[in-house]
Amino acid sequence: MSGYEARFRVWRGDEHGGELRDFTVAVNEGEVVLDIVHRLQATQAPDLAVRWNCKAGKCGSCSAEVNGRPRLMCMTRMSVFDRAETVTITPLRAFPVIRDLVTDVSFNYEKARGIPAFVPPPELAPGEYRMFQRDVDRSQEFRKCIECFLCQDTCHVVRDHEENKRAFAGPRFLMRVAELDMHPLDAAERSGLDRRRTAQDEHGLGYCNITKCCTEVCPEGIRITDNALIPLKERVVDRRYDPLVWLGSKIKRRSS
Amino acid sequence: MATGTEHRHNVGGVRAPGRAAITAAHLRTDRWWLAPAGTAAGLLAFVVYSTWRAFANADYYASPYVSPFYSPCLAHDCQSMRGGPNADLLGSWWGISPAVIILVFPLGFRLTCYYYRKAYYRGFWASPPACAVAEPHRGYTGETRFPLILQNLHRYFFYAALLVAGVLTYDTALTFRDAHHQWGHMGLGTLVFLANIALIWSYTLSCHSCRHIVGGQLKHFSRHPVRYRAWRFVGRLNARHMQLAWASLLGVALADLYVYLLASGVFDDPRFF
Repeated sequence: MSGYEARFRVWRGDEHGGELRDFTVAVNEGEVVLDIVHRLQATQAPDLAVRWNCKAGKCGSCSAEVNGRPRLMCMTRMSVFDRAETVTITPLRAFPVIRDLVTDVSFNYEKARGIPAFVPPPELAPGEYRMFQRDVDRSQEFRKCIECFLCQDTCHVVRDHEENKRAFAGPRFLMRVAELDMHPLDAAERSGLDRRRTAQDEHGLGYCNITKCCTEVCPEGIRITDNALIPLKERVVDRRYDPLVWLGSKIKRRSS
Repeated sequence: MATGTEHRHNVGGVRAPGRAAITAAHLRTDRWWLAPAGTAAGLLAFVVYSTWRAFANADYYASPYVSPFYSPCLAHDCQSMRGGPNADLLGSWWGISPAVIILVFPLGFRLTCYYYRKAYYRGFWASPPACAVAEPHRGYTGETRFPLILQNLHRYFFYAALLVAGVLTYDTALTFRDAHHQWGHMGLGTLVFLANIALIWSYTLSCHSCRHIVGGQLKHFSRHPVRYRAWRFVGRLNARHMQLAWASLLGVALADLYVYLLASGVFDDPRFF
């Protein structure tokens, strides 16, 4: 397969306005969208702003929207597009734009700060933690997250409703709550921190209507909805909406 | 000079101030509308068919087969089914089709199911219509308020669905009789019912609430090896929850259609032995 000239539309602008501009760029076999953006910078638009780092799908920096779909540019092969197709590249549309393809994702860091960290078990000193692999499997799946924030970008709760950003932490951080609540050594509950209650009351779990877009866009293949959000919703149901479970836990607590 | 790309104030979502000034609601070039349209068409077809059959109050029993829409039959005017799932619990005051009594439970189970929620939120309510496609609604509160907060009742419908699946299992056992209620026989309808009950159980057990109850609620799997194995089993089924949801929906409609065709005399049940 030989190289070819491909048509691109790239969004150029800043918070005051901008537009999609047309470019024609050479594409070689095996290249990804980020390679094309770099060639564009090198040959036609030296001031094009783009955030990138590892080029290996592990740093989560080069998140953008390619043909309207949230993706990592370094993991989007040019071979998936038809040669005659115009490929449109825009910044993430759920966050404020800084310039060109770079957005201000500080919303996510603010939400991250709102999640209480792992609470160490008081009876164990650092270095004494022991756990079975099957007990941490669930939490470890969520640790694969590279914080590309594609799930946050695609989640319609905040993407389509700016006003919900205050109340809703987004799938990435609800997954963080699930990760800690499922962690075998997290002692939050013993210390008086009810992660399930905070998931619902402080991080907006009820806003999630489990339409699975977060799972669809996750470049790490984490089953965010099935393995984090729905189990977390079920844990909230245990606490809030299921009197049988509530009664059972009360009896168990009294007898122990 | 206006270029048409400046921010439009008083508009939200992807066109909110501060975000990249792109007026298009989405820039997807694939056929993103196909999945929600197909889902809506499929669900609508089932709703139309099941509404007609549920309110028809006729042609739901052809010995030894009883339609899953009418089982168990709990009203006074149920057709007599020898050894079948009929019990006059409600008396003669119930004036409409007895199917309505029991269909509330499987309907509630599917309506609050995590997969179907995704399906109809996308297909009917466009919330969102597809990923990264702007939804048309001005406001959104998700499942935080009435009536959608009632989705949290899914677990209760799951318990009810277990009972209904138990009754349908009994109905399937009855299909090993012939039209004169003698045991040790089998017809094409038996296979239809066996397929239906296998799908019903697979769908019911693959439910997210089931997955949580059997083991997902635990913090330490290592202390509960049996529940851990059960959780893993349900987890494997759960990965196919969507496929099972559709297959079981089709299965139950086909089982009912089969009984309808037999009861209305369109054809006779081919008997194997």
